[in-house]
Amino acid sequence: MIKGNFGIRKSDIINRRMFIIGTAKLIIFGGLIARLFSLQINNNKKYLTLSDKNRIREWKLPPTRGNITDYFGNIIAGNLKVYQLHIIPEQVENFNYLLSRLKFILKLSSKRVEKIKKKSKQLKPWESLIVSENLSWDEFSKINNYLYELVGVKPVMTISRDYPFSDIYTHVLGYVSQPSEDDILANEVIQQKFVPGIKVGKLGLEKTLENDLIGVNDIQRYEVNAYGKRINQLEYQKGKQGSKIRITLDTEVQKLSAELLAGKAGSISVMDIYTGEMIAMYSSPSYNPNSFLFGISQDEWQLIRNNPLKPLINKTLSGLYSPGSTIKPIVALSALENGIIDTKFKVRCKGKMELYGQTFHCWKEKGHGYVSLKNAMKQSCDTYFYEVARKLGVDRLKITADKFGLGKKVLGEYFENEKAGQFPDTKWKINKLGKGWVLGETLITGIGQGYTQTTPIQLCLMTAQIANGGYKIEPKILTDDNQLTSEQVKKAMQDSKLNNSYDPLYDDQRNIRIVQEAMFSSTNELRGTSYKSRIEDPKYQFAGKTGTSQVKRISKRERELDLKTFEIPYEQRDHALYVAFGPYKSPRYAVSIIVEHGGSGSSAAAPMAKELFKLIVDRHEYRKQLPDYKEFNI
Amino acid sequence: MYQHTRLNSDQNLFQKIKNLDYILLICIIILSSLSFFIMYSTDGGEFLYHTKSHLTKLIAFFILMLVISFFNIKFWHWCSYFLYGSIILLLIWVSIYGMTVSGSQRWINLYFLVLQPSELMKIGIILCLAKYYHRVSVEKINSFISISVALTIILIPIIFVISQPDLGTSILIATSGLIILWLGGVKIKYFFVSFVAFLISLPFIITYLEPYQKLRILTFLDPDRDPLGAGYQIIQSKIAIGSGGFSGKGFLQGTQSYLEFLPEKHTDFIFTLFSEEFGFIGSIGLLLLYTIIILRIIQIGAISRSSFARLFCFGFAFAIFIYITVNLSMVLGLLPIVGSPLPIMSYGGSSMLATMIGFGIVMSAKVHNQQTIA
Repeated sequence: MIKGNFGIRKSDIINRRMFIIGTAKLIIFGGLIARLFSLQINNNKKYLTLSDKNRIREWKLPPTRGNITDYFGNIIAGNLKVYQLHIIPEQVENFNYLLSRLKFILKLSSKRVEKIKKKSKQLKPWESLIVSENLSWDEFSKINNYLYELVGVKPVMTISRDYPFSDIYTHVLGYVSQPSEDDILANEVIQQKFVPGIKVGKLGLEKTLENDLIGVNDIQRYEVNAYGKRINQLEYQKGKQGSKIRITLDTEVQKLSAELLAGKAGSISVMDIYTGEMIAMYSSPSYNPNSFLFGISQDEWQLIRNNPLKPLINKTLSGLYSPGSTIKPIVALSALENGIIDTKFKVRCKGKMELYGQTFHCWKEKGHGYVSLKNAMKQSCDTYFYEVARKLGVDRLKITADKFGLGKKVLGEYFENEKAGQFPDTKWKINKLGKGWVLGETLITGIGQGYTQTTPIQLCLMTAQIANGGYKIEPKILTDDNQLTSEQVKKAMQDSKLNNSYDPLYDDQRNIRIVQEAMFSSTNELRGTSYKSRIEDPKYQFAGKTGTSQVKRISKRERELDLKTFEIPYEQRDHALYVAFGPYKSPRYAVSIIVEHGGSGSSAAAPMAKELFKLIVDRHEYRKQLPDYKEFNI
Repeated sequence: MYQHTRLNSDQNLFQKIKNLDYILLICIIILSSLSFFIMYSTDGGEFLYHTKSHLTKLIAFFILMLVISFFNIKFWHWCSYFLYGSIILLLIWVSIYGMTVSGSQRWINLYFLVLQPSELMKIGIILCLAKYYHRVSVEKINSFISISVALTIILIPIIFVISQPDLGTSILIATSGLIILWLGGVKIKYFFVSFVAFLISLPFIITYLEPYQKLRILTFLDPDRDPLGAGYQIIQSKIAIGSGGFSGKGFLQGTQSYLEFLPEKHTDFIFTLFSEEFGFIGSIGLLLLYTIIILRIIQIGAISRSSFARLFCFGFAFAIFIYITVNLSMVLGLLPIVGSPLPIMSYGGSSMLATMIGFGIVMSAKVHNQQTIA
């Protein structure tokens, strides 16, 4: 009984204490529920994101680049289906055996096999290994025949850049290739879109317009497990092809330019004198951009690099030449504008001119006799322009030259390798060379020799602005209907629209007419330097000015010998230049031609203009039919 | 009532079956089924090794529980010390011949079952101390000798378990033991004083911890300090639970576990998987189920006539509560990671065996609740 009493008392204690910890339990369970609530309800989104991050892995595929078309919509940089061979290492049973089979089927070199082996060691087993980037159809079908015994091999069809006109657009478009580390670091867009196998622009418009052309990657979303192995594909997100770019060049004119310059080093530029649109821009020799797509072979690269005609240089934009006599229209214009001369002003040419004991020769040893502006231009009399330049002075000449765009980049926003060249004046020489200007230098500047350095495109712009009646235009290579995102290019395009306000570059437009007429006589009148290249049909008739730019100073002995061009070593021959505009009745196009070491402008360059104008004027009819054609009548 | 008492002393099997606690029984069956399905999910929705093994054990131990419940509570009282002693022997056996897995020597391979005696000790200590406090008279409860004996009973297994090394289980054993001391009536003052003493000595204890244990504590304090190493489990666990949201991702849809981001998803982290697939609602439901089980056990304890049954039920209820709390706190990132399974749900024979034995004895207490024990 006593024990029983104790028992009851004991159970009281137990019950009381149970009650205390029971309460504690409730509190603790409450805490756990609160924690669950905080994780699952309050922070659900955060953890869902984290969970998706865990399990979803994205695989980007190379984006498809936008097409580039010429003015008429012909694709000049497109995309082509290519066949590739991939190996998925985790599916391969015996890697070495597989490689030896592939080596046999595809006739791979041992060096190539070693390279593939090396590459396979850097990859994760589920990443695909690219054995060949560009299989021919034969190889591709051969692989497909053997596929049953090649476990782990995957023939893949993919897309690659293609330049259907091969080398005629190389200097304009540039080319694409695998991005270098610098390419990736320099461009954030490439950084975002980078995937193995992507190709980016290395040069030219392909590089400048990279961000528009590159497109949007296709994305494959996979569910992966904790070890990164793909479990299943969740989604295939189609990317977007890059923007289509339309440029102003005309493939036909471009082709003709390439033909005309075949085997020569030089450049042809053709420009619409009102819109500033480039119709042709060809630098010779060129090279095939398709060679760079899958990595150029060392041999081919050396061949291009060591070619003495320097195919890698875009001569239209980066070739610096003394303008020679092609500068004379500007000298004449400047003198007329400054009231130094008028049409009646005459100089007597005796074949040479003495100044402070120095002799300045005219190209015609016997001299031209008394020449007026028109005759001096027609026959390209040097003495006349020596005298005019002497009276005018280099500083006033430079003002006019600047107005017409000499010594300034023309398409600098689009081509990073363009050079500005220079047009000297007294201040320039002091700053640059630390020496005072001497009068003799004014004289030779007056015939486009000396310090003056111009690019073919500058001469083309100069001619265009004379041809259109002396109005400022802004050259362009992209048509106005391009929708671009790149800030730099957008700004350049806007500028060109704004600046095509046709500000007059003259004080008196009659002076422009005088120069135009003088250029007309140079081509279309007897004894004109390019008379032989004239076209009499007024539909095609053009006006122009030849130029012969000395590469080295002609010694007295050489002058006496009077060597023919082919008798002089190639590197010492003169550059042949020609600038022209036409059709003369209502001009629309300006042309500048330069043939490096071609000899005289009248024999080497002017005949090309004849061929060009025939085509350009015919092509104009087609241009007219396009919706964005504009008629001009200034 | 009196009639009942009389009948109770010698019930036949039919009466015993009738007297089983059906609420508890149904709860256990629901819990077992849940654990089967969730194990099926950890196997990626296929009837594979873990699922099969888990199911076999569930059935076997459930039958064992029923068998235990048919033995009179008096019998369990009688053999408490003996069971405790046997488990101590097993612990000694383990420390000499036990299987070593990843650095810990905890297991005996019985071929049909890999036994972890320290898990059994969780029940053994409750049994032993319940009997001890059943027998100690109220006046002597707070005497030095009585407390010393009780503490020794707790300390002996702990020394073995801690040297395996297995900190988590030894803490759970100690807690289960201490709770019986508490329920038995040891002065609150003593608990308070020793708790303060424990807090003071904590820094010293920490210096004696194994490096991996220290790492776990550091990781607990800041799981992001090594997200792919030590902190990986807890981060992935939180992601899994958090991403479950209100209603979960659905049965067999738990991406975290299916894609193998969750380590130890069969055992200690089983709740993570459950919570990912069934969400907040499911988790609350599971907690509710456990709460009903605990409350029911307490209720059975409360209507038991003997202090032994009462102490055992209360102690066992509390122990289950502690296991759940420790396990959930761990997977929810509230406590450092200590190996502690979730009763019945987690894969692991010994833990399930111990829990089922516990349920069996509780059931026995219910069936024989009018039984007095001298």
